Amino acid sequence: MTRAAVPPGIGWHLVPGLTLAVLVLPVLGGLAASFAPGFGPQGFARIMDWPGLAGAVRLSLVTGIGSTLIALGLAALILAMLVDRPVFGLLRRLLSPLLAVPHAAAALGLAFLIAPSGWIARALSPWATGWQVPPDLLILNDPFGLALMLGLVAKELPFLLLMGLAALPACDAPRRLTVAAALGHGRLAGFAHAVWPPLYARLRLPVLAVLAYAMTTVEMAAILGPSLPPTLSLQVALWMSDPGLRALPAAAAGAALQFALVLGAMALWLLAERAARGLRHGWLWRGSRGRGLDGAARWLATVAGFGLAALLIWSLAGLALWSLAGLWPFPAALPDQISLHLWHSTAPALGQSLGLTLLIALVATGAALVLVLGCLEAETRHGQRPFIPIETLVYLPLLVPQIAMLPGLQMLALGAGFQGHWPAVAAAHLVFVLPYVFLSLAPAWRGMDRRLPLIAASLGASPARILWRLRLPLLVAPILTAVALGLAVSVGQYLPTLLIGGGRVGTLTTEAVALASGGNRRLIGAWGLAQLALPAFGFALALGLPRLIFRNRRALRTGGQG
Amino acid sequence: MNGLHLDGIELRLRGSLLARLSLRVAPGEVVSVMAASGSGKSSLLSALIGALPPGFALSGQLWLNGRNLTALPTAARRIGLMFQEDVLFDHLSVGGNLAFGLPPGGNRAARRAEVDAALAEAGLAGFADRDPATLSGGQRARVALLRTLLARPEALLLDEPFAGLDTGLRAQIRDFTFGHSRARGLPVILVTHDPEDARATGGPVLDLFGNPVVLP
Repeated sequence: MTRAAVPPGIGWHLVPGLTLAVLVLPVLGGLAASFAPGFGPQGFARIMDWPGLAGAVRLSLVTGIGSTLIALGLAALILAMLVDRPVFGLLRRLLSPLLAVPHAAAALGLAFLIAPSGWIARALSPWATGWQVPPDLLILNDPFGLALMLGLVAKELPFLLLMGLAALPACDAPRRLTVAAALGHGRLAGFAHAVWPPLYARLRLPVLAVLAYAMTTVEMAAILGPSLPPTLSLQVALWMSDPGLRALPAAAAGAALQFALVLGAMALWLLAERAARGLRHGWLWRGSRGRGLDGAARWLATVAGFGLAALLIWSLAGLALWSLAGLWPFPAALPDQISLHLWHSTAPALGQSLGLTLLIALVATGAALVLVLGCLEAETRHGQRPFIPIETLVYLPLLVPQIAMLPGLQMLALGAGFQGHWPAVAAAHLVFVLPYVFLSLAPAWRGMDRRLPLIAASLGASPARILWRLRLPLLVAPILTAVALGLAVSVGQYLPTLLIGGGRVGTLTTEAVALASGGNRRLIGAWGLAQLALPAFGFALALGLPRLIFRNRRALRTGGQG
Repeated sequence: MNGLHLDGIELRLRGSLLARLSLRVAPGEVVSVMAASGSGKSSLLSALIGALPPGFALSGQLWLNGRNLTALPTAARRIGLMFQEDVLFDHLSVGGNLAFGLPPGGNRAARRAEVDAALAEAGLAGFADRDPATLSGGQRARVALLRTLLARPEALLLDEPFAGLDTGLRAQIRDFTFGHSRARGLPVILVTHDPEDARATGGPVLDLFGNPVVLP
């Protein structure tokens, strides 16, 4: 057998550059094109005249920063107090799948739960509340954005918790906590001084990504947030969808303002980090051991963790129940009858949208997987790493708010004649799917035993053979996990689908959010549930396939994390 | 009743007995427990400090200077623990690491003075603002011991703390450690697989079941 004929893998050199372009160009091009129309005479002047501006800005700041602080605080508390406790296994099993729930579905479910006519009110009425008709309360869409913040916290907590768990082993946590306890510190104090600083350094980018998302989410704000005024990004999206494009300058100026707000909030956040560090140093030198805090901290972590998990699961169960409900008059805790009627009537439209959603998700995830594997293989073969590490760069599309870059991308797509076609939507999804596929797959790839490929090479295997026959088969489980995550991210995309699709590419998420304003709960329930079904199916496959393929190879059946 | 008293201590891993010890360690005395790597001697120290790893079970009573520690959480036992690695916190300065060990009490200036004095006494004067990453192995080992001692423990457990040091440094750090523990009258249990370390303590040498070990 001659191996000299194998070309030395010319193509691999190009992949990191291509990946870089996919991550950077749409963001920069989109931002530039977004802001351009805002600098005319009408742009900023028009938004300054808008009476809701101050309220919209305040909402964006308060709900975004507030929900990020609360979610991060709770994630830290759970990591500090519960990680080595038996209940943590249960909490993790409850919260991990919720990561894959699209934001829109979570928001719709939560809205069904907490609305004045929602399931909670029904469960408590009339015996506890005396309500015979839904009360006239602004629980949902409250002017302070509390419902929006609740939804954001419930949805971001699982993400921050799992990112923290992934970073914890690198922080030598168990030994440091033992040392701290032996020196007399309470658990919370020991965690705060000995584990949190290195852990937070690894969490900073995910936290800032959460902050950017929370300040600018459109679909969650549309479902849970206030309306007079709405959050700034929701208002920008409304201006964008003005049929005559007359509001385009206002939308562009609003997008620029929103972008500046996010940058300002990030700067504020980084300053607050320094202040927090100062406070922690003060605490350290004062020497208080904080042992009295542990009981309350453990209680709060347990209640908040399980409470939020229960809230989300109850929300999703509500979606399912509404889609099956026949008659369900107000104070009744459960529907009078169960019927498949709605599923029958909506099945054709649902099926069509499901197919389109899946197609877009598969194309975007497939492309992302090829790019990520290409980058990792180029790194392995040539030691080739871009100037800025890809693991930092992948955060760019997550840190720049979608509402700031997508209007520009929409105009570029419109100019190029791509807008309104599903491949353009898939291309836009790729920008946001790629980071998650990379973050999920890279640790497993890099964590692979380096001796295996070395042994294979010494046995005469070519680099290509090592890739196809050794590396990829060994990484089947993490690759499938990354694919499932990519599919979930694509299915959950709202704004890219809406704007790049020009309203003509109806995925499950855009349709579900569009239905939300109509108030047909049975229909919303069905579409929300369908939105959940795809990611759930993806993760079930990612868990199940390795077990099937490797039924005779115990070590390869799991291993999502390297 | 002064000193550390292991009263019928038994350590089990999923039912199988790993250690059975009844012994008294007098103030200032060092008892060595010799066993091969992986025999459960680190787990024994974790158990004594109150941080039992999952799967392990401990029975018997543990007394320190007349206090029954058996049911107390780690933070209330006042037992210092030293690992083979120094486990310094790299995000804090040397002084910050030591302040972490210092018990509550006194104002900030007094506490800073106490940290500086401890450093000076250990031959590390002026090191408070240094980054631990810039210290040599021997300096790090001394800082780690100072951190443990500043918490004013009433006993010390040493988990092969000298194993990572090269030969010359090893004797020096060993003398530094045992000098401090004797001066403060601390009962010490050292677990090791190295006869040289056990011999250097000058105290009794036992295996995990309390039998005397004859050093080669």
